[in-house]
Amino acid sequence: MDEAWIVLGASSPISRAFAFEVAKRGAGLVLAGRDLDEVRRIASDLVIRTGARAEARAFDAADFASHDAFVQACRGCCNRINLFLAVGAMPRQEDADRDFAQARAAIEANYLGAVSVLSRFAPVIEAQKGGKVIVLGSVAGDRGRASNYLYGSSKAALAVYTEGLNARLWRAGATVTLVKLGYIDTDSTWGLDTPLRPAPPEACARFCLRAAERGAISVYYPPLWALAMGLLKALPGSVFRRLRI
Amino acid sequence: MAWKELTLTSWGRSRRARCRAARPERVRDAVARLMEAGQRGVIAYGAGRSYGDCALNDGGAAILTRRLNRLLAFDAASGEIAVEPGVTFRELLDIFLPRGWRVPVSPGTAFATIGGAVANDVHGKNHDTAGSFGDHLRGIELLLPSGEIVALSPTASPRLFAATIGGVGLTGIVLSVRFRMERAPFDGVHLSERRIADLDAFLEALASSRSRGVSAVGWVDGTARGKRLGRGVLEEVEPASENALAQRRKALRLPFDLPGAALNPATVALFNRLYRNRVPAGGRHRLVDYERFLYPLDAVEEWNRCYGRRGLRQFQCVVPFAESPAALRRMLETIARSPVPCPLVVVKTMGRTGRGLLSFGMNGYSLAADFPARPAADTVLDALERSVLDHGGQVYLAKDSRLLAAAFARMYARADEFRAVLEEIDPECRMQSDMARRLGIRAKRR
Repeated sequence: MDEAWIVLGASSPISRAFAFEVAKRGAGLVLAGRDLDEVRRIASDLVIRTGARAEARAFDAADFASHDAFVQACRGCCNRINLFLAVGAMPRQEDADRDFAQARAAIEANYLGAVSVLSRFAPVIEAQKGGKVIVLGSVAGDRGRASNYLYGSSKAALAVYTEGLNARLWRAGATVTLVKLGYIDTDSTWGLDTPLRPAPPEACARFCLRAAERGAISVYYPPLWALAMGLLKALPGSVFRRLRI
Repeated sequence: MAWKELTLTSWGRSRRARCRAARPERVRDAVARLMEAGQRGVIAYGAGRSYGDCALNDGGAAILTRRLNRLLAFDAASGEIAVEPGVTFRELLDIFLPRGWRVPVSPGTAFATIGGAVANDVHGKNHDTAGSFGDHLRGIELLLPSGEIVALSPTASPRLFAATIGGVGLTGIVLSVRFRMERAPFDGVHLSERRIADLDAFLEALASSRSRGVSAVGWVDGTARGKRLGRGVLEEVEPASENALAQRRKALRLPFDLPGAALNPATVALFNRLYRNRVPAGGRHRLVDYERFLYPLDAVEEWNRCYGRRGLRQFQCVVPFAESPAALRRMLETIARSPVPCPLVVVKTMGRTGRGLLSFGMNGYSLAADFPARPAADTVLDALERSVLDHGGQVYLAKDSRLLAAAFARMYARADEFRAVLEEIDPECRMQSDMARRLGIRAKRR
C-alpha cells in the first residue's frame, strides 16, 4: 500500500463512515478495535463496496503494553501512515463518581490510551515527513459540567495533548486536527433527549476529512457548536455552574 | 442509551405502533437488546416497507436493523454474497449492477431490506420464472429468541430454515443472509406494453406469456365495469443484450400528505384512463433500464402520502389457476363497485409455492389492489377476503393488516407446523408482533 489510514476505534459508525470516505479515494486501511469480529465485518464491507485494501486488527487502547507491537505492524503495511483516532468511553457521571474503576477505565481509554498510541506513532510520522492525524474530541471537553465532567476532563486533556502534538508534527510537515463533536446520531445519543438533532455520522466523517485536508487545527462538528461553545466558554464560572446542562 | 420511545409505522401508514426501539450498531448489542425484551416481546423492524403490521409491536419493543447493514462476503466468481439484514436492495443495485450482478428476486421497491425480504419471502415481477426470494437462499444466520446464534440452511436445521423464510420475523432476528446473485451483463430490458380489452383477454395474454417463459405483469383499470371489466395494459419484459445507460433520476418527493379527498372516483377514473392511453393502441416496445422497470414507484419518494393522512390499505392475494377466472372476475367486480376508489390493480401469474412454512404463493394468479384507508374500504376488503377463501387462495401477509385468525388458518396450510416450531424455539413468546397476536400465531408472553 502506498498510503493508508489507521483507524483506531473502527467499529463506531463515524469511523466506519470515515473509512468508507478514504477508501473511495483509494487509500488502504487498517481497521483496529477491541471487538475484532465487528471490525472484521466492517473491513469486509469496505473491501466489497469500494475494492480498497482493508485489514482488521485487534486493538485495545487501554492495553498500553501492546501498542509498540501494534505500531510496528502498521508501519510495515504502507509507505505513508495517517491516523484517525476515535477510541473512547463515556460512563455516566454518577457511575464514575460511585466507582473509581469506571472513571479510571474511561480516562485510560480516552486519554492515556490516546497518549500511548499517539506518542508511539509520532516518530513514525516525523520520519515520513508528513501525513494526517485526526483526533475525535468532544464539546464536553470545553467546560466542566456537573452532568458529565469526568468524561469532559479526559477530553479536555486530550485536546491540550493534541494541540501540543500539532505543534510538534507541524515541524515535520504533518497535520494534526482535533474535531470536537457535538451530538452525532450514534448509539451514544440514541434515546437521549437532545436539544439539537444529532448529525448523521456520514456527514461528520466527510467533515473530518475535509478539515484534515485543509490542515485545520481544531474544529467543531456540527459547526454550529463553535458558536454555542464560544458563548458557553465566555461565561464566568460563577454563572456557568448555575446552568443545568 | 439503548432504548428510545418511538412511534413506528409501516408503508401503509394505517397502523401505528408506540414502542421502545433499539438500533444496535454491533451484533453483540442486538443480542443484548433481544435479551431485554419485556412483557410484550420484540420484533425486528427494517425499512418499514411492508404495508401491514408484521413489523409493528404496539406497546412492546422493536429492534431496528438499519445499522446492521454490512456486506460480509462476496465471491466474484460465483456471485455468492452474504449480507447483514439492514442492507437494502437499493444498495445492492448501486454496488453490483455496474459490476454485472443483480439480486435474482426483488420486490417492487428497492428501499426494502434483505432482512425484510427473508421475513416476508418477497417476490417480484418475475415470480413465475424465478420464484420468491427464499428460493435463492443458501443460508441464514439467525439470532434465536434464546440469544443463541445458529446457522440455517436447507441441510442444516431445514425446519427452522423453512420457518424463518416468510416467518414474518417470529423465529428471531436474522443476522446474515447468504444467496447467489445472477449475472446481469447489461442494465437494459426490453419492455413491451399493449392494451388489453377485458378479463378473458388478460388471462389469455398472461397464459401466453407464461408458456413462452416471459415475465409479465398486468395493470388493470379497477374502475372499468361490464364488458370492459378487467381491461388494462400488459407489460412483458425480456432481458436485453444492450445497456439502457441508466441515469439515476433524482427522485421526486411528496413533501406533504395529500388531502383525503384528492383520491375520488373522478380523479381515479381519469388517472386510469391516462395510464391506459399512454400506451398507443397498437402497443409499444422499448428498451428501458432494469431499475426503472422494477421500481416504477420509487421515482416518487413517500408516494404513500398520496393516500392522505389516514394511509392506505393494500390487498394482495393469489388464487389457484383452476379457480382464477371466476375468482378474478368476482374480485374485479367487487373493486369496480367499491365505494372507495381503487387507483391501482395489478395482476400477474405466480409459479410455485415457496420454501417457507408461511411463504406466500402458489401456482396461480395474483391480484393486488390499493385503497385509501377509509372506513368504507373495510367492507370491500371483507368481500375480497371472502372471495380468496372461497376459491382456495391466500392473502399476502407482507401487505395485510386485517385478516382474522380463522381465515389465516384456512389460507396457510402449514400454520400449525409453524406454531410448533415457535413453541420449540420460543416457549416464552419473546418474539411478538401486532400481526402475530392478531393472527393467533403467538399468545401473550408467558
